[in-house]
Amino acid sequence: MEDVCAKFVSQKISKARWRPLPVAALQPPDVFATGSWDNEDNRISIWSVGDLGSVGLNGEYQGEPQLLCDIRHNGDVMDMQFLDQERIVVASSTGAVTVFRHHQNNQTLSANQRWEKAHYHVDQDTSCGGAACTGVICNNPEIVTVGEDGRINLFRADQKDAVRTIDNADSSTLHAVTFLRTTEILTVNSIGQLKIWDLRQQRNEPSQIFSLTGDRVPLHCVDRHPNQQHIVATGGQDGMLSIWDIRQGTMPVSLLNAHEAEMWEVHFHPSSPDHLFTCSEDGSLWHWDTSTDISEKPSFLHQGGRSTTYLSHNTINQSVVSAWLSNDPTKDRMEITNLIPNQTLSVNTLDILGPCLVYGTDAEAIYVNRQLLA
Amino acid sequence: MEELDAEPPLTVVPGADPSARQLCFAWGPAEVLVCETLFGSRGTGEGGPSSSRLFVVRRDQDIYIQTLRKLFNESHGIFIGLQRSEEELAGKSRKAQLVQVSKNYRSVIRACMEDMHQAAISTRDPALHSQYSTQVSILSAMELIWNLCEILFVEAAAAGPLLLRLLDWVRLHVCDVDNMVREVLSSENPSKHELFWNVVDIFVLQGRMDEARHLLSKEASANPTSVNMYKILDDLMKKMPVPSLGNTQTLTEMELKWQHWHEECQRYLQDGTFASNSHMESICKILLGDEDAILEKKELMTTWYHFLVTRLLYSHPTVKPMELRFYAQSSMDLFLGGESGPEPLDTILMAAFEFEMHQVIKECSIALSNWWFVAHLTDLLDHCKLLQSHNLYFGSNMREFLLLEYASGLFSHHSLWQLGVDYFDHCPEYGRVYLELHIERIPLNTEQKALKVLRICEQRQMHEQVRSICKIMAMKALRNNRLGSALSWSIRAKDAAFATLISDRFLKDYCERGCFSDLDLIDNLGPSMLLSDRLTFLGKYREFHRLYGEKRFSEAAKLLLMLMTAHIAPCSFWMTLLTDALPLLEQKEDDDVETMKVEMLRLALARNLARVIVKEGTLEGS
Repeated sequence: MEDVCAKFVSQKISKARWRPLPVAALQPPDVFATGSWDNEDNRISIWSVGDLGSVGLNGEYQGEPQLLCDIRHNGDVMDMQFLDQERIVVASSTGAVTVFRHHQNNQTLSANQRWEKAHYHVDQDTSCGGAACTGVICNNPEIVTVGEDGRINLFRADQKDAVRTIDNADSSTLHAVTFLRTTEILTVNSIGQLKIWDLRQQRNEPSQIFSLTGDRVPLHCVDRHPNQQHIVATGGQDGMLSIWDIRQGTMPVSLLNAHEAEMWEVHFHPSSPDHLFTCSEDGSLWHWDTSTDISEKPSFLHQGGRSTTYLSHNTINQSVVSAWLSNDPTKDRMEITNLIPNQTLSVNTLDILGPCLVYGTDAEAIYVNRQLLA
Repeated sequence: MEELDAEPPLTVVPGADPSARQLCFAWGPAEVLVCETLFGSRGTGEGGPSSSRLFVVRRDQDIYIQTLRKLFNESHGIFIGLQRSEEELAGKSRKAQLVQVSKNYRSVIRACMEDMHQAAISTRDPALHSQYSTQVSILSAMELIWNLCEILFVEAAAAGPLLLRLLDWVRLHVCDVDNMVREVLSSENPSKHELFWNVVDIFVLQGRMDEARHLLSKEASANPTSVNMYKILDDLMKKMPVPSLGNTQTLTEMELKWQHWHEECQRYLQDGTFASNSHMESICKILLGDEDAILEKKELMTTWYHFLVTRLLYSHPTVKPMELRFYAQSSMDLFLGGESGPEPLDTILMAAFEFEMHQVIKECSIALSNWWFVAHLTDLLDHCKLLQSHNLYFGSNMREFLLLEYASGLFSHHSLWQLGVDYFDHCPEYGRVYLELHIERIPLNTEQKALKVLRICEQRQMHEQVRSICKIMAMKALRNNRLGSALSWSIRAKDAAFATLISDRFLKDYCERGCFSDLDLIDNLGPSMLLSDRLTFLGKYREFHRLYGEKRFSEAAKLLLMLMTAHIAPCSFWMTLLTDALPLLEQKEDDDVETMKVEMLRLALARNLARVIVKEGTLEGS
């Protein structure tokens, strides 16, 4: 907890994302972007986090995020994702999708490209017909967006028109989207359904539909396991974390009672996927840890040299898989920690990369922890 | 109606000219709307048909300053922490906890002041610069007042430690010594610097004996002739008794020592030891608490409350809290000397020294433009159990009144309304009803915002507001043809009537188009199907179609029969159902189906007959 650095920024933070690291990078991430909501003047901001512990020229604590640049954004920032090292795609509540470019030489942001009416209700030409764009996901150069109009758009950076649009893909609001494979996407909606769409196919129907058992509680967020592509996690309006195995069945494999209110984001740790993070309207941020102790492994795995180590690593991965998919999560020990000691207002967003965690709240504060899995 | 204690301030609305047009106005939650009417000043229609302008008059502009938002958010966290903190802690530990809360509030004010200062120096706009600079001085005054209230009320320092706290207070807040000190010390020959004696004097006036002695030693080494004088003065300053924080000596012991020391100083002065050096002589007089000598250094002290604390230090260090008022009043009179009247800040501080808490709060409310300061301070004092339940004439107590006003102000801000919710929660009498009224007026431009507002209402069992919000969102969705969203909102509110409305829409669409839209929704209704009969019918009817499409005719027929007998089909749909039954009737299947067909026919005919009878019956009766 001592490693968490808080900064009050005079705007409610709806999204925070680490800038992705170049492939061969060894150091932890040090730049992140945030988007605000519910302001008359919303902003996209880029922040830099220096080295922990060192003291700056004026004696200020160097670990605190420093604002590099920001730019005005029209409408609430509903979702945000880095397209590459310099470009960020932002989804707006006005229905527009904008690509911003961060010029690192003079530390400025500029709007590179915009699809003004990516999401709209009924009639594109009526002025008040904009529908909020609720989710965006990128796989350079492809950008997929979803919105309150139930529409799915496939854009390509630098191409003016949409490559593909699926109108009325869903009769309810699509809350989030993520890539399953390079040609398949996953969406979640407000009647508790998880859908797989195959973008290669021309028909405007999902290739598979999964639903929650029981009440059709709206699903707000979705994330796919980085290595095991059949494991998907979703978060619901009742704060429930659902783990799905999309190879089998149409219902979730495990339901974990987590938060007391809407779960806004769920993320598998990209390099240590036995760690999962969720944040919620109830003001908490939970760290789910299914990594089991090495000492508990059978002894034969510890003998020998490198080959055995490789073997044990593989086996650990397998046991991790079973940990997420097991029907009895208490059997394989799962440690769940609330990372926020005094919770007040909603934690709207979180992002995790390497050992660094950033999260933003409705109390107009950003928190950075750069020594998370130490 | 209570009497006004001050003349209401006059606010001029720029651009509004009552001589040209008559104006009308209406009160809002935190502002007044002023509008030009059609009528001219003489009451006739001379104003003409030209367009009317609308003015929004707000008392509190501060709430829109970016930097102050940090103050509101951080203090919100402290406020919540205080409300949640354990009441079981009693005595010393509770007091220590409350003092810590007070210190937290003050550090938040200081952080905000720092940011505001940065904003002031970095802006190029002169209007903004002046606005920020004003804010810096307001924040500085707030911290000054809060700190004094912390010493006198929250910590309730007793005689002895009281003086030490007041000395800290003065050193922290009054007159900027550090710049002067740095200038003097960094010069080649400090004792020859023109400000040298000023610095020594101010150290003495603030009771900073060690620092004064350190500087004096430089003078001594530069001026060997005055070494003797210096040694005596240094010795006196070293020996000066001060109250201790711990329990190392009682007040009586201290008073005795002090009396003794005072007499020694007196002797040296009367012997003319310092006669040759006017500076040192004046210092000795100050040590003796000579008011005139202290008043001579008025320019250094800058304020009457500094003068007060210096006086107390050198004439009455064991002052009791209740005795402060007399010294305060006389200090202010002596210092201001009738030249100028007291400023609002002076009045507030005086009220604090007189332990008139209510007066402090009242004066602050008048002087400051928003309720932040008084609301939080009063809440803290209330937790210290210092405010009697001073009921105001309209029913709630002062703490609640101030919190309600502050929170209402937050609700008038497009973004800070979320903070206001928690403040209303901690107003036991009227908080809930205020919240109910305010939360309905929050504009819901996205579904996510609506969800947040909804969650707030649900957590507080505000069922009416939940229903109303869900209905608004469901209607919006319906108008945009998002039937799935509309259904999702009805499920959240458990609104059967709306679910029926949505199902009717689906059925209507089906009748018009001959096929279902949004199959992904209807096929996956799950238990929400039971929310309304019509919805159940819709789900089951779709299931019938599916069974038929899969050629499972016997099951399809059974289902259709059930739909007809269960009375959940709307009357308008009966024709459709019967039409659906026709192909089944023509199927050549086994006996099972035969019996069913007969059943269906019988039922259909019976229903038709019944309807005819009713229809004819009614016609005859009319």
